[in-house]
Amino acid sequence: MNILVCIKQVPDMESKFKVGGDGLWYDSADLAWRMNEYDEYAVEQAVQLKEKTGADLTVLCIGPERVKETMKKALAMGCDRGVHVADDASYRKDPFSIASIIAEFARSKNFDLIFTGMQSQDRGSAQVGVLAAEMLGLPSITTIVGFSFEEGKITVKRELEGGVKAKVTSPVPALVTCQLGLNTPRYPTLPNIMKAKKKELVSVAVSELLKSEAVQETKAVYFPEKKGGGLVLEGDAGDLADRLIKILKEKTAVLA
Amino acid sequence: MKLLLVGEYREGKLQGSVNDLMAFAQKMGAESAMFLVGTEGDVPKYAGTLYLADVKKCGEYNPAVHKELLLSAVAQAKADMVVFSHSSYGWDLAPRVAYALKASQVSEVVDVVDGMPVAPVCNSKLRRTVQPKTAVTVLTLQGGAFNLDGEPSGTPVIEKIETAAASALVFGGYEQAEQGGVDLAKAQVIVSAGRGIGKPENIAIIAGLAKALKGEYGASRPVVDAEWADHNRQVGTTGQTVSPKLYVACGISGAIQHLAGMKKSEFVVAINTDKDAPIGEVADVLVVADLKVFVPLLTDKINAL
Repeated sequence: MNILVCIKQVPDMESKFKVGGDGLWYDSADLAWRMNEYDEYAVEQAVQLKEKTGADLTVLCIGPERVKETMKKALAMGCDRGVHVADDASYRKDPFSIASIIAEFARSKNFDLIFTGMQSQDRGSAQVGVLAAEMLGLPSITTIVGFSFEEGKITVKRELEGGVKAKVTSPVPALVTCQLGLNTPRYPTLPNIMKAKKKELVSVAVSELLKSEAVQETKAVYFPEKKGGGLVLEGDAGDLADRLIKILKEKTAVLA
Repeated sequence: MKLLLVGEYREGKLQGSVNDLMAFAQKMGAESAMFLVGTEGDVPKYAGTLYLADVKKCGEYNPAVHKELLLSAVAQAKADMVVFSHSSYGWDLAPRVAYALKASQVSEVVDVVDGMPVAPVCNSKLRRTVQPKTAVTVLTLQGGAFNLDGEPSGTPVIEKIETAAASALVFGGYEQAEQGGVDLAKAQVIVSAGRGIGKPENIAIIAGLAKALKGEYGASRPVVDAEWADHNRQVGTTGQTVSPKLYVACGISGAIQHLAGMKKSEFVVAINTDKDAPIGEVADVLVVADLKVFVPLLTDKINAL
């Protein structure tokens, strides 16, 4: 069996963000970088499948030199080799372009399964996995919180709204996008971190894989309007409830 | 511009998110048609053409088949913008349709400025305006971002559509949420109980408000340590870090360990008898009241909406 897992490096979402110099994305300076949380579940599931079936597991990541640090974590978790698609301008690429790169890489490799996160924490488009599968002509299943592989078929649980799950079976080859809670991502052990340093990690220029034009561009990135100062409500309880409901209707979508 | 609004149908019911789609059409001031894999007996109030496929034949979850049906509706409606909800149905189907239509997709749209969709970046810490460069565009809308002005009305003109397409995927049925398997990190609304609830029986008051707001209830560390709530409901550095759309802190003073777990919430309401409680520093609204009186009253009023 031959497996691909696609990961992205993202900033810690707790970071204090600034708009970058070109006004098209956040400033990448002074940020702590980590593996996209959804992708940690994708890597873990791929590694578990590798451990069960003896599959060969490749991890792919697109981005500047620094993403190799995140790839090393995936290697330490159990991926066999890394393919780094070197691209300093990856932050400006639209989901269609990113998916095109993945599909171009995967096209001739006969992967039985491709794992991705269901979305990235920074861009959050939730498109790349499905687009790549469509480009490759593969079935894809999104937002999985359960996974098993038996007799050449995968059976997964899709997470729907309200805690409901949908059970779906698919033949392989296929692509799945992983939701938080799918498994418990392992912490790489020290021996495995040491071993990972010896694993193959090759870089490929993005120009070798990107053959299509972007279908959209970001015009501007900016901060949403600031929250108003804390409002203090005092008085009769019934009156307070009416006032609070009015505020919730105006300021949040939860009573819509 | 002509919009095609993609309605959703699940577990035998039309989903209410269809109103968001109509609100978007209203905001855009654009002509629209609607698409639904559902039943003739459960169609939305809508004054326009509804391209309807039979859910009994096509299945509730069958993306390859739904894609073909939708492509046929796009062609018939001559739509140049296909609009989904950003939901497990929408984010699954939209990229498939976008790829087939060579369309640019913008996900989780929260606004439209100068004709360009606006989408969140980094958990809504930032926003971006996006310029699609294709003839047809596909959008998924963030739930609740667009609100209908007035009540939906009208009776749709139904155009039945069919396809011979088949899918490699086999849908094996639904599984309902397990009891107690709460995942606060994914909840859109969290109502949390603090020491101020006074006694374990009052957890029911907090849970009642959470239910009325279609959310989950959480708890601060002291409440969990006292075993008034399960550990999987604990919010804070030793519990869960949450970032719901609405966080209601009831009787929580606001220890730093608790604030660290919930300060990313989009909108915070604190209910506390102490006007100077530190929770007030992170609250958008501080209601100075006794939660044992105020919360049941609020719950009743919300349930009556």
